[in-house]
Amino acid sequence: MKYTSEHEYVKTEGDIGTIGISDYAQNQLGDIVFVELPEVGKAFNKGDEIAVIESVKAASELYAPISGTITQINEQLDIEPALVNSSPEDKGWIFKIKLNNASELDDLMDEEAYASHIG
Amino acid sequence: MNNNQQLIKTSLYDLHIEHGARMVSFAGYELPIQYKGIVAEHNHTREQASLFDVSHMGQIIIKGEDFASTAKALEAIIPANIIDLEQGDMRYSVLLNENGGIIDDLIITRPTDEQASDGTIFIVVNGATKANDFKFMQENLAKEIEISFEKNKSLLALQGPKAASVLSRFSDIGEKLSFMQSDATSIKGIKCNISRSGYTGEDGFEISLNDKDASKLANTLLDEQEAEFAGLGARDSLRLEAGLCLYGHDMNEKIDPISASIIFAIGKHRRLEGGFIGDKKIQNILKDGAKQKRAGIIFEGRMPVREGAKLVDEQGNEIGNITSGTFSPILQKPIAMGYLPIKRAKIGTKITAIVRNKQVNGEIVRMPFVANNYVRAFSG
Repeated sequence: MKYTSEHEYVKTEGDIGTIGISDYAQNQLGDIVFVELPEVGKAFNKGDEIAVIESVKAASELYAPISGTITQINEQLDIEPALVNSSPEDKGWIFKIKLNNASELDDLMDEEAYASHIG
Repeated sequence: MNNNQQLIKTSLYDLHIEHGARMVSFAGYELPIQYKGIVAEHNHTREQASLFDVSHMGQIIIKGEDFASTAKALEAIIPANIIDLEQGDMRYSVLLNENGGIIDDLIITRPTDEQASDGTIFIVVNGATKANDFKFMQENLAKEIEISFEKNKSLLALQGPKAASVLSRFSDIGEKLSFMQSDATSIKGIKCNISRSGYTGEDGFEISLNDKDASKLANTLLDEQEAEFAGLGARDSLRLEAGLCLYGHDMNEKIDPISASIIFAIGKHRRLEGGFIGDKKIQNILKDGAKQKRAGIIFEGRMPVREGAKLVDEQGNEIGNITSGTFSPILQKPIAMGYLPIKRAKIGTKITAIVRNKQVNGEIVRMPFVANNYVRAFSG
């Protein structure tokens, strides 16, 4: 598992990355009521706005942590967005992306570095 | 706000931290936005009783020779009917500028003999606007009226269907007060002014007391099984469900009370007679009709439609905007308030909002979104 400084995680299996937000991030956002998911098949560059997570209080943009094409979205979040709160790194995953360039993963933090990042 | 300005801590600061509050800067104060979570606190308020620290709000006292002269002086600046208030009665009103725009909304109380001497009137205003409000009143009230902020006072709100039963274990005041009435009482030896009022749409009380007693009173209430702390986040979603305006969002100095759908803030005979700041403009708007109106909207789906979202007609032309919006924890739907041209603001009218370049369909509904539970048992 790798993390961005914006509290997203990327879990890779082969050339597919599963992306969501960290437990720390869901706790900071509070009750999540809506997730605007990207379209399957759409390509993104690293840093592009890719999804929006809405809590009761505010909307927060999610930026692509790596470049690639969306292969799958977590449609269960349309019905149960609170899964991002209850199970951020498992059932609350947000989308899967086919990596363009696996070397981009090297720029991300490992679990230890992320733990010290959130202090 | 100036960045280097020190945020004010309320008397309950340590207690908030102890209860796991997440603190934010609000109106110059450091206040809890949430403890366990906004939705949990919201639902708890609708089902049980929640304690809110609203000590940032401005508690103002004005005093003249007797009630009639203070009331007359206040009526010269605000549009409510004050002179007819009985002791212990409260009234919602607004401060207006010469253009009839809303400077702030406020609650006026004619105290009982137990609360204050004759000639005193209590006024509670919003925290973020209290300094301006004070200056405005100081400049516009008759010279012989003394005006001051309550010194070293906290303000707590106990809100929810169980608020009255929690309070009844310490004082019989709940049995005496109807919605929008106030009196003095004592809880475990702590002197307080209690009113049956609030900002959640539920039955509840607001408690004004000395700072030094605030923690003790809060702990006394929180020791009761039904009572828990709730923060500013829940306060906002609760007031939205209740259809209540938030100053600086749903109203401001460019919006008049008729457009804001709070005409009840203007006394009936005063609409005809005038004699308050902004009266000519208000009378003109009443005669010609407001051009726009604050309306309640429920949107389809789950995506919240928030402040700033544009409202458009069938051709995509902008015709209005959202001033507050959230996802209603009770209705499980996006709810919002916004301004629309009068003919578009009728109940049942379809409306479209634009959020992140996408269209969201909604319908104008009657407010409150969630029914009020005010207790008016003793009103005439």
